[in-house]
Amino acid sequence: MPGVGTVYRWELFKLRHQKRTYLGLGAAVLVPILFVLAIHLRHHHDHGGFAFSDYLDRSGLAVPLVILLFGAVWMFPLITALVAGDIFASEDHNGTLKTILTRSLERWQLFVGKALAASTYAVTAILLCGTVAVVAGSLQSGFNSLQSLSGTIVSAPKGLELVYVSLLIYLIPIAAIVCIGLLLSSVTRNSAAAVVGTLMVSLLIQLIGILPGLTGLQPYLLSTQFNAWQGLLRTPIDWSPIIQAVWVCALYAVPAIGAAFVVFIRRDVAGG
Amino acid sequence: MNPPAPTPDSGPATASAAAGPPPIEVRGLVKRYGDLTAVGGVDLTVRSGDVYGYLGPNGAGKTTSLRMMLGLIRPTAGTVRLFGRDPMESVHALEGVAGFVEAPTFYPYLNARRNLEMLAAYDGGGASGRIDQALETVELTGRQRDRVGGFSHGMRQRLGIAAALLRNPKLLLLDEPATGLDPAGMRDMRVLIRNLADQGMTVLLSSHLLTEVEDVCNRVAIVRSGKIVYEGDIAALKRGASTSYWLQTTDDQRALAVCRAQPGISDVRSEHGRITFTADDSAAGVLSQALIESGALIRAMAPQTVTLEDLFFSYTEGDGPAAEVDPPPPALPAEAAR
Repeated sequence: MPGVGTVYRWELFKLRHQKRTYLGLGAAVLVPILFVLAIHLRHHHDHGGFAFSDYLDRSGLAVPLVILLFGAVWMFPLITALVAGDIFASEDHNGTLKTILTRSLERWQLFVGKALAASTYAVTAILLCGTVAVVAGSLQSGFNSLQSLSGTIVSAPKGLELVYVSLLIYLIPIAAIVCIGLLLSSVTRNSAAAVVGTLMVSLLIQLIGILPGLTGLQPYLLSTQFNAWQGLLRTPIDWSPIIQAVWVCALYAVPAIGAAFVVFIRRDVAGG
Repeated sequence: MNPPAPTPDSGPATASAAAGPPPIEVRGLVKRYGDLTAVGGVDLTVRSGDVYGYLGPNGAGKTTSLRMMLGLIRPTAGTVRLFGRDPMESVHALEGVAGFVEAPTFYPYLNARRNLEMLAAYDGGGASGRIDQALETVELTGRQRDRVGGFSHGMRQRLGIAAALLRNPKLLLLDEPATGLDPAGMRDMRVLIRNLADQGMTVLLSSHLLTEVEDVCNRVAIVRSGKIVYEGDIAALKRGASTSYWLQTTDDQRALAVCRAQPGISDVRSEHGRITFTADDSAAGVLSQALIESGALIRAMAPQTVTLEDLFFSYTEGDGPAAEVDPPPPALPAEAAR
């Protein structure tokens, strides 16, 4: 019997045959390479004073962490939105929603399969970017120990483990971005509007965080949760930002995915 | 296109389904978008084995009705039952049902076979095993590895039929299947639909191509401004229309007088160099005898064939079958004799 698994497998198959998938994954691969190239071409070692900047020349493991720091602004939201914002809207664009809705699958099964596929793509992009950053960074600066944010030295293998756990923590706000992308994709029925809209929502939330008088909102902004992984890089591990990221992101993700679900289930398929 | 090969579990449900609920039963179907009423209370019944033409001009609400029948659009009011099941309640109501609304659509970046494989996976129940046969039926076997994005309109229409056949349907809903096809493609589509019907498939065919409907359908509904203005057999529809004749004689003035005096002859007119009148077969026979006796010899006399097109326009633009049917252009006696 066909079910969510069937939809999920075919959605992944479809993603493998679409240019936008490779655009996103290509960016996830290229950005760390370009970043490492930029480090290599610099003649002095002043990298600016942000977290792990001093370690860029001493340990390749600092590279993925720095990319996580800056990628939150627009790169990862955009890469995520490329698929999440498109996955329902492209069905409207191609007129294929009516084709798949008249087969033997319930709408909820199609929705869940598509949401899982968009999430899988986002996870793949983040992990791919992190892995390329580790490899490229290690080639440039060596696979060396890393200094935590508390000043303690972490061995290279332990550092590698922390990098991957950080990537997983980073997926919490990314999941919220996926949900917002799915909502806009479902509501706007327009791929470009959904992709750009998702990015704009992400940027808007960051903008709110820097507006004078609104700094009190920062703990509850999605943009803040992109830094939750830094709790792992403290000794002892500070779990509070990670726990906060879970529930704050849920506040964004659950209503968004819920609304996307209701819209998709109830909508009239009058076009295409 | 090749006739579809019957499969062990395919085809005629006619006998068994005849006792059950009809393939399509629509009652009081309404769809409103704000102030606009797209469908204004449609009632129709498609019986098992019917090839049912759903006729109407563009914008009459045919496609919206079909979308509601397939569960794509939620009706504002009324009910749709497919074999007794409500398509809005569960997709299981579409078991044994297939078709497409407007142009069939596929993923342009996948080839034809991949598209069908995906749809077969979504269907389950052995649909994958019917892909080769479906492609062969619509003569796309040789193009199955080509991306659908490069397909012509006609090829997409055929692929749409193939996608429908994967479901081994007992009921096929086709929305304007021949629209946009070249004459050969239209002919092939008609042949295919006839073949499917011959296998016992019930077909609902939405169209504004009257020849298509007249060629393949046994029953028809004519929809006008979202409402059904006629539903029934095409043959009965034609029989219900008055039979008119045209006549040319050696002395039309005398013939005109004879016609007007003859019982059973009505609506006598002289126009376009010929006489037209309405009569049944027996009255027309008696009239021909009376004309000979009067000395107005018949050069040509023939019934004016009432086409579905005439009736369609009388329903959609006029007041029904009683509306006047335009006379054909003057014909040569030899032509009339054929």
